[in-house]
Amino acid sequence: MEKITCVCGHENPFGTKICGKCGRPLSEDAKAQKILDMRYDGSAIRSKTYNKSIIDKIWNFFSSVKVGVSLIVITLIASSLGTFFPQKFNIQAATEAEKALYYEQNYGTIGKLYYELGFSDIFNSWWYQILVGLLAISIIVASLDRGIPLYKSLKNQRVKRHESFMKKQRIVAQGPVTEGDPSKTLDLISEKMTQLRYKVRRDGNALLAEKNRFARSGPYINHLGLIIFIFGVMLRFVPGFHVDEAMWIREGEVRAIPGMEGYFLENEQFILETYDNDPTRAQIEQGVAAIPKNYQTNVKLYKQAEGALLGDTENMELVKEYSIRVNHPLKYDGYSIYQMDFRQNELKTMTFELTHKESGKSLGSLTIDLTDPDKEYVLGENTKVEILNYYPDFSGMKDGVPQTASQYPNNPAFVFKMTTPDKPKGEISFVSIGAPPVEAGENEYKMTFKNVETRNVSGLTIKKDVTIPILIIGGAIFLLGLAIGSYWNHRRLWVQQLEDGTIMLAAHTNKNWFSIKKDLDIVTDYAHLPKYRDQLEENGESDKEGDDVK
Amino acid sequence: MDKKKKRSIIRGIILLVLACAIIYTIYNSATKEKVEALADGDQAPDFELVDLEGNTHRLSDYKGQGVFLNFWGTWCEPCKKEMPAMERQYQQFKDQGVQVLAVNIAQSKFEVQNFVDQYDLTFPVVIDKTKSVMQAYNVGKLPATYLISPDGKVKKIPPGELSEQQIQSFMESIKPE
Repeated sequence: MEKITCVCGHENPFGTKICGKCGRPLSEDAKAQKILDMRYDGSAIRSKTYNKSIIDKIWNFFSSVKVGVSLIVITLIASSLGTFFPQKFNIQAATEAEKALYYEQNYGTIGKLYYELGFSDIFNSWWYQILVGLLAISIIVASLDRGIPLYKSLKNQRVKRHESFMKKQRIVAQGPVTEGDPSKTLDLISEKMTQLRYKVRRDGNALLAEKNRFARSGPYINHLGLIIFIFGVMLRFVPGFHVDEAMWIREGEVRAIPGMEGYFLENEQFILETYDNDPTRAQIEQGVAAIPKNYQTNVKLYKQAEGALLGDTENMELVKEYSIRVNHPLKYDGYSIYQMDFRQNELKTMTFELTHKESGKSLGSLTIDLTDPDKEYVLGENTKVEILNYYPDFSGMKDGVPQTASQYPNNPAFVFKMTTPDKPKGEISFVSIGAPPVEAGENEYKMTFKNVETRNVSGLTIKKDVTIPILIIGGAIFLLGLAIGSYWNHRRLWVQQLEDGTIMLAAHTNKNWFSIKKDLDIVTDYAHLPKYRDQLEENGESDKEGDDVK
Repeated sequence: MDKKKKRSIIRGIILLVLACAIIYTIYNSATKEKVEALADGDQAPDFELVDLEGNTHRLSDYKGQGVFLNFWGTWCEPCKKEMPAMERQYQQFKDQGVQVLAVNIAQSKFEVQNFVDQYDLTFPVVIDKTKSVMQAYNVGKLPATYLISPDGKVKKIPPGELSEQQIQSFMESIKPE
């Protein structure tokens, strides 16, 4: 591609609108403009310049602001559609098939479509991820394409600009100094602008005062933060970077921690504390008896012995004892274990008394650990109770055989064999809660229910997220870029003293024209400069804020 | 010309890296569930658990034999149907180098012993007290069966309850040559 050689002799890359050295307008557009479009300082947007190979074409596609904005809009619409119906992970259904059915049953055909198109789990949908990925590419490519030429152009800018450049700036002035010695004018400008914290450069009869050039990097810093953020989110999908598991653990149990291989947790106690205040009016109105004060699980964290195999719980090493409370997770090795849920008063033990039916005489009592019952309980000489069968969650009879619905002691039932001195062969009785015992024949003895002990169950979640520092850094850079781009403005003032001593002046800022005019008022007054004009306001376009974003 | 080539290469590399990042993310997200679970051909995680007699059974001890690994619970209805069939087939295959290992999920010794006695099971029955083996094998619903070939790799994970015929053909498939 050819270079554009300016009249001043400077070679500009193809597509340049304003000569990088002298500032003469080069493109037909720029020549026709009354006020120059100073976006990217007239440098060539890289993608606009070459459009030959497939790589260039793909590159140019992503470099387009139109494409970028379209991608943002599409992503926004897709994301909002994802809020129409509940997301999949919020639905109480065990299997994938049940979840699929849920959408169809509750929302009809639209629900089915919603599920099948992946809106029900939008962040894990392949097309949504592609969309965000394309957006990331667009941000990177567009930033590279504009940021690098802009940086070069600003870095290499000359002090002396051509008349045609100066005259086509929004703010211009021309004329003799209003009083004093014209030969001192440039010195005065230089002095005042330095005082106003501008950087002043001089080249013969020309002067350039510049301030806050870094403000132009704001959008690019902002984009960098966004890319780091997206990268952090992407890492969450990499195995090992993000763990989110849940577990139920009963008091007294030792369980392997899901997602945290080689570690075991023992639940020593679950504590629920409430405020012991008299019920307030609001409480009574809402039917709330007591207000919870604390949910707490006292745990012991164990680590499997070095080199131990899965399932080997010998020689576990106690690594930490901790009281997990809401917002005070147990933290270890990057993992956090949070208090999330609880169930109270699950049956733990049941105590029975072996009694003679008629006389009511007791032969002793026994306590059965419902999660670990013994085979037999010896109460005395020739007196014992055997458990023939145990149904922790008795759910009725099927073909004359008692059934259990689960392994949890929600509704324990037993088949006892009671051996007593009177009945050395033993008597058999089926005992369940809330029903009279079923006996084989006419028994003389019975198991009398005495009492129960209960225990609580803690619901814990296990989380690990290595990506959070990355997200914080990305977010911080994002905000930094936003602040730089928003609260600082790049201001420039070009001055030339012509041979007859008159002054030609032009000024530009990427935003906040009001402030640069205030600076100009000060320097005009101090160096007795001719009054400047705002060419945009003269054209009756004052309502339109001519701020350039980039 | 040289510069143009360089530009194309740089752009190409940037686009390629970004495209790979997207593809990698989608791949990871699509396989997230499956990465945690076992798949056919994976090395079966080695474990050791204790049976009702107090003997330790280590999966790698059975290297050279096919292992019919079954997770079960006494409350699980299909398990009750499956167990007698497994026992009968075990009698056929135990001399041909196929081992049955039944892993109970964290129940009491009493319940497991009762069950074993009731169904006259002769293969080793171990108890996974902390559920760690269950988690490593990503067991969801019971019963769950894992066919492990003599080289210690997962041959197949047939879903759900198995018929006696299926059990027979699966045991056949993991028989050492």
